[in-house]
Amino acid sequence: MKKVEAIVRPEKIDRILEGLSEIGYPGITITEVKGHGKQKGLTQQWRGNEYLVKFIPKTKIEVVVLDEDLHRTIDVLVRLSRTGNMGDGKIFVTHVEEAVRVRTGDWGFKAI
Amino acid sequence: MAGSVFPISARDRKVKAYRLMMALVIVAVVICCFGSLAVAGDPTGTSTGGKTDVAVPQGSSPSQKAATLQDEVGHNKISINFVWLFLGACLVFFMQAGFALLETGFCQKKNALHVMMTNFMIFGIGVCAFYFIGFGLMFGGVGPLVSLGGKAILNHEITIGGWGFFGGKGFALSGPTYDVGIFLFFLFQVVFMDTAATIPTGALAERWKFSAFCIFGVFMAAFAYPVFGNWVWGGGWLAQLGVKAHLGHGYLDFAGSSVVHAMGGLAGLMGIIVLGPRFGKFKKDGTPKAIPGHNIPIAIVGTILLVFGWFGFNSVSTLNGGDLRLGIVATNTLLASCFGAVAAMLYMWKKTGHPDPSMSANGCLAGLVAITAPCAYVSGWGSAIIGSIAGVLVCVAVFTLERRFKIDDPVGAVAVHGINGLWGAIALGIFADGTYGAGVNGVSGTVRGALYGGWSQLLAQLIGVATCIVFVCVVFYSFFRIQDRIMGIRVAPDVELVGLDTTEMGMPAYTDETPDLMIID
Repeated sequence: MKKVEAIVRPEKIDRILEGLSEIGYPGITITEVKGHGKQKGLTQQWRGNEYLVKFIPKTKIEVVVLDEDLHRTIDVLVRLSRTGNMGDGKIFVTHVEEAVRVRTGDWGFKAI
Repeated sequence: MAGSVFPISARDRKVKAYRLMMALVIVAVVICCFGSLAVAGDPTGTSTGGKTDVAVPQGSSPSQKAATLQDEVGHNKISINFVWLFLGACLVFFMQAGFALLETGFCQKKNALHVMMTNFMIFGIGVCAFYFIGFGLMFGGVGPLVSLGGKAILNHEITIGGWGFFGGKGFALSGPTYDVGIFLFFLFQVVFMDTAATIPTGALAERWKFSAFCIFGVFMAAFAYPVFGNWVWGGGWLAQLGVKAHLGHGYLDFAGSSVVHAMGGLAGLMGIIVLGPRFGKFKKDGTPKAIPGHNIPIAIVGTILLVFGWFGFNSVSTLNGGDLRLGIVATNTLLASCFGAVAAMLYMWKKTGHPDPSMSANGCLAGLVAITAPCAYVSGWGSAIIGSIAGVLVCVAVFTLERRFKIDDPVGAVAVHGINGLWGAIALGIFADGTYGAGVNGVSGTVRGALYGGWSQLLAQLIGVATCIVFVCVVFYSFFRIQDRIMGIRVAPDVELVGLDTTEMGMPAYTDETPDLMIID
């Protein structure tokens, strides 16, 4: 099993949820995060003084998938979050040791 | 029908009882319909209120009738004024909410509750102090309140060489000042005092010790505001410049550009000088850094509330509901506020590329502050000009105070109230057009500014403005310096960094955002 962590633009969440649902993964966790990559942040102004918002709000999606679904999941995520501009985000994949469904006590692929 | 638990005879009885009840209801409705034909109502309003409401005893002679009617008319005339002042007091009181929202929105979230508390408690502390001491000092010698009954009760002014300096009657509204007119007058005046007292809570926000603020509240309400107020409104020497020194009608300030706003704004400036800027506001080379407010929408709502209350602030300062100049005053007030808002918005748009919301709000208020002194004496176009100048002036003042003089004013109180309060007092001496003010301060003829030949009025205004600046700056600089030496008026740096809510207030403003709230057993 693999955990896919995708940091994406917050306004893309609805479409991503639909897309993941369609490929069989309706259950995900999202966290509101802040950060920046190579772009330096946003310049705003307050009463004539400029200030820098260093960290830009993004949304992190975490979903655990079966090994064979990994590429399909990443395709969906990339396709639905890409705009072509700086700030589209990043996706990281880590290995998941075990997974358990709390309601039934199922281990392994039955838990996903 | 579902099977009944009761025997048939009991069910029968229930049906019969129901039918009897319905019959009684119908009879009652019919009786009511016909019964009301005895006396008809008045849906058009033409027969409500008339001679039957004025009791003239049977067999009165014509002159007795006339006397009764005269009494009644006089009572109604005064009653209108009572309703007028009462309404005005409520409107001006409501400005507290406007200031609270405005200032809190302009400050950081970690200090929201502290700013709210200073704006709220200034009303509590201020009223108490004004009741015990301030009102007597300010109005003890103002003379008969003609529009509220006209009794000569507040007749003790302390004078030196015939010039009045402060009042000596009416402390704690005791003795003969327990009078309906004086009580209402107190109500109207105390809310003006609170407007002045609440202005420094914005200027000194985010680093002021709450205990120091409490003492400031007493000082402003009991001494500083009343003394200057007496000189202008209480029959004191600035008002006497007309009769005693032939300078126009003496120093005039219709609703308080200087008495209220410049007093508050300049007191705030003195406080800022003693308190110092917020931590991190200025870089080492002196350039200012932005510390954005946390809720500008709420600040804008606060501004709108202030405009609403200002209709009471300016118009009801006629003190007379039958003085129909109030129509002009109210519209002048609105014109200045809107021209000020638009002027500020356009200025910021040109200068920074954005129509700055917080500055537009400040521009609106600057227009209101600036029109507060001249509102009864100028025309519509005069108000538009005064407001437009105020809107630009406030932006220039904010930049100059911050960048040139390193004054850290989180809400722009000094620029809005201090600078524009003084501009308003001067503007009266320029734009007053002679259509109102006959006999004010005991001088015959109407009030004229320099544009209409009233150069002596302008001189009186300049004297008043200079007095205001010197008085407020000397009094408050001394007050804050001495207070700082005795008890320290600024919070400790670590308190300021964490935020004044959790430290001085003991709780955050928005507790639902506190993570892992543990109920302590």
